[in-house]
Amino acid sequence: MKVFCNGEAQEIAPGTRVAEYLSQLGLDASSVVVECDGKILTREEYGSHALQDGSVLELIRFVGGG
Amino acid sequence: MLLVNEKEVLFHAGMTLADLVRAQDPAADILLVNGYPASLQTVLSDGDQCWLWQRGKAPSAEEMRHLLYARHTPGVQTRLQDRVVGIMGLGGLGSSVAIALARMGIGSLLLADYDVVEPTNLNRQQYFVDQIGEKKAAALRDILQRVNPHVAVTVMDRRLIEEDIGVLFKDVHALVECFDDPAMKAAGLRAVLHHLPGVFYVGASGLAGYGENNAIRTRRLYPGVYLVGDEVSGAAPGQGLMAARVGIAAHHQANQVVRLLLGAESEVE
Repeated sequence: MKVFCNGEAQEIAPGTRVAEYLSQLGLDASSVVVECDGKILTREEYGSHALQDGSVLELIRFVGGG
Repeated sequence: MLLVNEKEVLFHAGMTLADLVRAQDPAADILLVNGYPASLQTVLSDGDQCWLWQRGKAPSAEEMRHLLYARHTPGVQTRLQDRVVGIMGLGGLGSSVAIALARMGIGSLLLADYDVVEPTNLNRQQYFVDQIGEKKAAALRDILQRVNPHVAVTVMDRRLIEEDIGVLFKDVHALVECFDDPAMKAAGLRAVLHHLPGVFYVGASGLAGYGENNAIRTRRLYPGVYLVGDEVSGAAPGQGLMAARVGIAAHHQANQVVRLLLGAESEVE
């Protein structure tokens, strides 16, 4: 199935959860804010929220330093 | 009518700054009109705000309050003095943001950090050698008092967690995320989006090293919610945090807060 991540179409396996998807992208889930279909996910939802065909994702990724 | 050192003075057409100085304070040698240095030949207009001062003269507490803001654009100060700004993390970003906001006359600052000042902080953070070992929150409060005693500073000496942010900062008008840890940066953004609707927010990500100045930018994520930085330069071995670039980012943050508080959100950014 297809999802749209930061404007780019990507092919992923059906049933992929957000945490798995972030891991496939090589991202550390703890430093990413995820908006999925217009909703900001809570940290707890990363492990439970399954992506749907056509889901629109916006990822805001943070790097350290302050 | 003119406003001269915060007191009303009768205006007459054709009046110059020299006329005013002669009448009010012949010894004055620092002359500001509407927040800007002006020459004696300046022709005044009705409604001008003027400051006349003798260099080196010690002001009273009340005069001090006005003089601190005498170089602000008239009107800006009154709009900032009843605003409350929270700052999460008081390292290189947070200490610089706090000092800039205090100099600009923000009314109240709510500061949070759990850490102590260490020698390795001094390459970029606004603390002093004689503050090593002090709690950052208390050390920064002391610095701010010396910069502008009219800012109300409240400190929280605690380690923030995502669940607390919406409660601890519920009464601020703007919240500045200055954490070091990327997980807390993400937590801060989630917390404000979930729990603090209507609070302006300015986070930061990507400011390590000595990369290009102009790669640091201020990006709008959501209405009233902004992210400062190049979004890629994380602190890492071989790419440390350095005063200048951290300072660029911190001042983007401070300026964005002031812009938002003064109503810039309605502009296209």
